[in-house]
Amino acid sequence: MNVGSTAPTEVERPSIDVRPDLPWLTIVWNDPVNLMSYVTYVFQSVFGYSKEKAEKLMLDVHHKGRAVVSSGTREEMERDVQIMHSYGLWATVQRDS
Amino acid sequence: MPGRRGGVITVFDAAEVSILRSLVSQILGLIEPGETGDDPLERALGIGSSEQSTDPVLARLFPSAYEDHEQSAEFRRYTEATLRDGKRADAQTMLDSAEPGRVELTQEQAQAWMRALNDVRLALGTRLEVTEEVHDEIAEMPEDDPRYPAYVTYDWLTYLQDTLVRALW
Repeated sequence: MNVGSTAPTEVERPSIDVRPDLPWLTIVWNDPVNLMSYVTYVFQSVFGYSKEKAEKLMLDVHHKGRAVVSSGTREEMERDVQIMHSYGLWATVQRDS
Repeated sequence: MPGRRGGVITVFDAAEVSILRSLVSQILGLIEPGETGDDPLERALGIGSSEQSTDPVLARLFPSAYEDHEQSAEFRRYTEATLRDGKRADAQTMLDSAEPGRVELTQEQAQAWMRALNDVRLALGTRLEVTEEVHDEIAEMPEDDPRYPAYVTYDWLTYLQDTLVRALW
């Protein structure tokens, strides 16, 4: 193979992103209205978390302003965010970085 | 208090029921049925508007799912109509079952009440621009303050919702 004398050719880029699928995240943000008891209840009943885990996430939201409450595919996170919104929690989808 | 089979028993007087019904009716008036385009396919799939409301209350009840505007608009277009219908159904459940005296709610009804009460609190809290210190603010607020009745109502709703959550736990 002759290296160096050929004209550069267009490198074909794959049209789809071939990097491994990075997980997406559901973030719940703090707000002054939602009750601590209610937020804990929602985390327990929606995600099936233990009371301890649900409380820790609720306290993270309360003290740090936000918490990652679930991770997975983008579709799964969009579903989780929609459920959070149905309970009146302020949630967003974000790609893990 | 907890009822049978995971349900909840509530006891309200006529004045309390009248306040609850009035507030929940206002939410129903505010949240229009999920609007979709004229296209029959879009209607069948629940595809609707992609823009966030400029009303702060509606913006809080239907928050953006992404920080990026375009992604948020796309998500809203496919989900907001369903979310609206769900919130309306919760409010309607509460309107249909709120009566003076002893009312036994099934677990499903009680959960609808909990979400509907939360929506009422979100709406009222946004209008009043409450902070996390709202309970202390009320304690210090003179009774002739024009905001007092609304704040007391908000505090009562907070107590009600908290009681309901603990009964359902």
